[in-house]
Amino acid sequence: MDFVPVILTVITASTPLLFAATGELVTEKSGVLNLGVEGMMLVGAIAAFAVASTTGSGLAGIVAGAAAGTVMASVFAFLTLTMLANQVATGLALTIFGIGISALIGAGFVGFALEPLPKLAIPVISDIPVIGPILFGQDILVYLSFVMILAVAWFLSRTRPGLILKAVGESHDSAHALGYPVIAIRYAAVLFGGAMSGLAGAYLSLAYTPLWAENMTAGRGWIALALVVFATWRPGRVVLGAYMFGAITILQLHAQGWGIEIASQFMSMLPYLATILVLVLISRDKTKIRLNAPQCIGKVFHAAH
Amino acid sequence: MVRLESRGDVSRAWSLLSPVVAIVLTLISGVVIFSAMGKDPGLALYTYFVQPLTTAFGVTELLVKATPLVLIGIGLSIGFRANVWNIGAEGQFTIGAIVGGGIAIAFHDSDNFLLLPVVMIGGILGGMAWGAVPAFLKTRFNANEILTSLMLTYVAVLLLSYLVHGPWRDPDGYNFPESRLFPAAAMMPVLWEDSRLHLGAALAVLAVVGGWVILSRAVIGFQLRVVGQAPAAAKHAGFSQNKLIWFSLLLGGGLAGLAGVAEVAGTIGQLLPSISPGYGFTAIIVAFLGRLHPVGVLLAGLIMALSYIGGEVAQIEIGLPAAVTGLFQGILLFFLLGCDVLTHYRIRFGAPGRARGS
Amino acid sequence: MKRRTVFKALASALSVGILAAGMASASAQTKVGFVYVGPIGDHGWTYRHDQGRLAIEKEFGDKVKTTFVESVKEGPDSERVIRQLAASGHDLIFTTSFGFMNPTIKVAKRFPNVKFEHATGYKQDKNVATYSGRFYEGRYIAGVIAGKTSKTNKIGYVASFPIPEVVRGINAFLLGARSVNPAMSISVVWVNSWYDPGKEGDAAKALIDQGADIITQHTDSPAPLQVAENRGVKGFGQASDMEHFAPKAQLSAIIDDWNPYYVERTRAVIDGTWKSQDVWYGLKEGMVQMAPYKNMPADVAKLAKETEEAIRSGKLHPFAGPIKDQSGKVVVEAGKVADAGMLLGMNFYVEGVEGSLPK
Repeated sequence: MDFVPVILTVITASTPLLFAATGELVTEKSGVLNLGVEGMMLVGAIAAFAVASTTGSGLAGIVAGAAAGTVMASVFAFLTLTMLANQVATGLALTIFGIGISALIGAGFVGFALEPLPKLAIPVISDIPVIGPILFGQDILVYLSFVMILAVAWFLSRTRPGLILKAVGESHDSAHALGYPVIAIRYAAVLFGGAMSGLAGAYLSLAYTPLWAENMTAGRGWIALALVVFATWRPGRVVLGAYMFGAITILQLHAQGWGIEIASQFMSMLPYLATILVLVLISRDKTKIRLNAPQCIGKVFHAAH
Repeated sequence: MVRLESRGDVSRAWSLLSPVVAIVLTLISGVVIFSAMGKDPGLALYTYFVQPLTTAFGVTELLVKATPLVLIGIGLSIGFRANVWNIGAEGQFTIGAIVGGGIAIAFHDSDNFLLLPVVMIGGILGGMAWGAVPAFLKTRFNANEILTSLMLTYVAVLLLSYLVHGPWRDPDGYNFPESRLFPAAAMMPVLWEDSRLHLGAALAVLAVVGGWVILSRAVIGFQLRVVGQAPAAAKHAGFSQNKLIWFSLLLGGGLAGLAGVAEVAGTIGQLLPSISPGYGFTAIIVAFLGRLHPVGVLLAGLIMALSYIGGEVAQIEIGLPAAVTGLFQGILLFFLLGCDVLTHYRIRFGAPGRARGS
Repeated sequence: MKRRTVFKALASALSVGILAAGMASASAQTKVGFVYVGPIGDHGWTYRHDQGRLAIEKEFGDKVKTTFVESVKEGPDSERVIRQLAASGHDLIFTTSFGFMNPTIKVAKRFPNVKFEHATGYKQDKNVATYSGRFYEGRYIAGVIAGKTSKTNKIGYVASFPIPEVVRGINAFLLGARSVNPAMSISVVWVNSWYDPGKEGDAAKALIDQGADIITQHTDSPAPLQVAENRGVKGFGQASDMEHFAPKAQLSAIIDDWNPYYVERTRAVIDGTWKSQDVWYGLKEGMVQMAPYKNMPADVAKLAKETEEAIRSGKLHPFAGPIKDQSGKVVVEAGKVADAGMLLGMNFYVEGVEGSLPK
């Protein structure tokens, strides 16, 4: 059997997870937990689809998806950072809101077809057998997903603003005492997370399955949230986790085609059980987790003066 | 420039007033949204919030819908106080329904009055068992319970799907994915004639009282609060973090399991591939909306239930699409959550100035 | 006004608010309610039922008022919604998912004057009729086309849940394919969802990677067909004509057309001739329709049309014997056709389907 198309399928299944998890990673590193990823993805998906199908420009669609995700995140940021609302509940409410508003906007776009985003094949090297189509024959968003996670990894570990962002997530009180604008930094991190979720949605409605249908994210936002914890807030492991999850999902579909006779429900459980297993394996060393987990996650910050 | 100024202490008046402010703001946005949709805003708001309460049927259905939300919400709120983030109540709910429902199906010929208690205890134990897994993984392997409990939810839902598609299919049901109907002896008694209001509602009220007793009177409640508010102090006092994790997840799981079994043995009367419209997740909102206080959870559960039922009535009576009702529900929650800030802070406009006494 | 008496009996002492609801039923309009399991924007199952609702509005205009409640979860919510529709003066209520069966029966007992129509179920009552489409007829034709056009002799089938309706479709498809090409086989991938475009598409990709060059699906989204278009293989539309999603790949589509039935039953209520019944309509009655045959040689299109005609006229039954199950045992003897019980509760694969049926 030819493995190249299988790997290509894994890439498309993993890309939306990678986008959303990258965004949530930055949000959480700043000490904010936004459970509204699913809702932001849906709004990103419909915005991207609506703009791309109206203007005929995939690029405009991508920008619209990111922008819509950012707008959704700004609602969350205002409520949790300015109005100090509970982050867990607000995130869940954001998802309810996102499902509703995306369905409302999308009502006029049901049944529309769209050309999938073009593959940006790099001449010559994309013709190299096996690695050519995998590494150099993807659409722009797949490349962008890797650019973003690399940029985030670099930003968090090598730049001063990145270190400040982590410091805010570690201890907002100390960061505030040192004179850093805690709230402004968190706003930026939450909005970035929204933009990434928007891109994840845009990937779904422009490239993965170029169509709009209500609730088309089908739970991927929740998986992305789980991936961040699974990755113990490390960018490298986010990539690993997203691709492992994508691979297991695809492999269980293939396994059925090979005639492996296990009830399909048990096959569908595999990605979730595997996630738990890997999490247990990497969590046993408590100090390692502590090093990476933002200590202030989910906690409300308000400067006394 | 909007600024928040600490009140220093929780304002009693504002803890009652802030939901009122939120509801007024929601009504105003409702007028805007419904007018934009070309609907009469007065009629729309009436059908959404008032009409469901004008019939005995509406009121009992409200209680039926609120029952699982309150049961689960109470369990979760107690765990959340100790920073135990069980977000897998949906899975514990499902396993509770599977175990309780499994017993009911196994004894489908029985008319023994003991069947219902056994079914209920089975449901509670099932939920506790499913809650025990993240507790074990957390205390033994330090695995994050947010993730494990969420993943286990998917596993539980797929397990239910397997059972009703396979071994537990109704033998007389033409292979459709439904279990056989539960025997009458396994069904919860109805509390109000000609309605679906079942024993579960009474148990939910009991859970509210129980939750209040645990939090305000029991030693473990004190420990939970200390761990949540001052982890360092809790460590100093020698409270066992592990014990609290086990307690929170077993309690949360048990109540979610009870909610699950109450749903199948109280309203549905059989196992189906989908038995919950997301109660386990909605209950998380309910817990926070209720400020993690048992009475608050009760009120929040009722408001949440009303927003669902109101949405259905609005679809039927004035043809509002489900999307709008979801949107409106989201806005209601935003305002309720946002306005809660008024209990601890006052809003000031203008340049920052020193707060009194700080 | 019997309706109102029932309504009043249910009302509490706080009956002031009921006037608002009662106003609607005071007119001479016939009210028809719909309960949908999905959003009307799913472009699949629910979308087609909503098209039926719109057909009623178009046909009767002001004489009829329709309402619908969408995304109603099977389980405790559905009973409340159905009862609310019944209590608010609806004369005819369509409940359009199998999972609404027991709630429909329960509510119907309480509202003997309201007529109920439940799709795809098997329990009837004096005021509960059931209806469903013989979609397997369309799948048989699709199978014939696949048998003529496949080069790899392998069909990839994206399936939702192993319920009789889906299993019947798989079997009919293969029987059709084998009627013209005995070497055909079907590979089935279950996605455990009616509706997850991403996963449906992934399943189609997996099947193509394993050698299938015809993709068909018993899930709701056009995603598998889109994948077929992008990968250069052929496929079929489901529920709606999905040609614009896959202009090069769609061979045909099996269309659910509820419109005529919904109009007919509404008229029966208006005329007072409504009776409970159990119907299973197919190509003949128009509940199942085939989209134009395209992207195939003319002789295949001709054969497809002939097959369609033969089924419509009753000359050909997709489940005519001899039919063997996977073990080779004859389950329908030559000269006979599968009886209603076997069709309704089908839980075996016919010979040629790969893998075993999930139990």
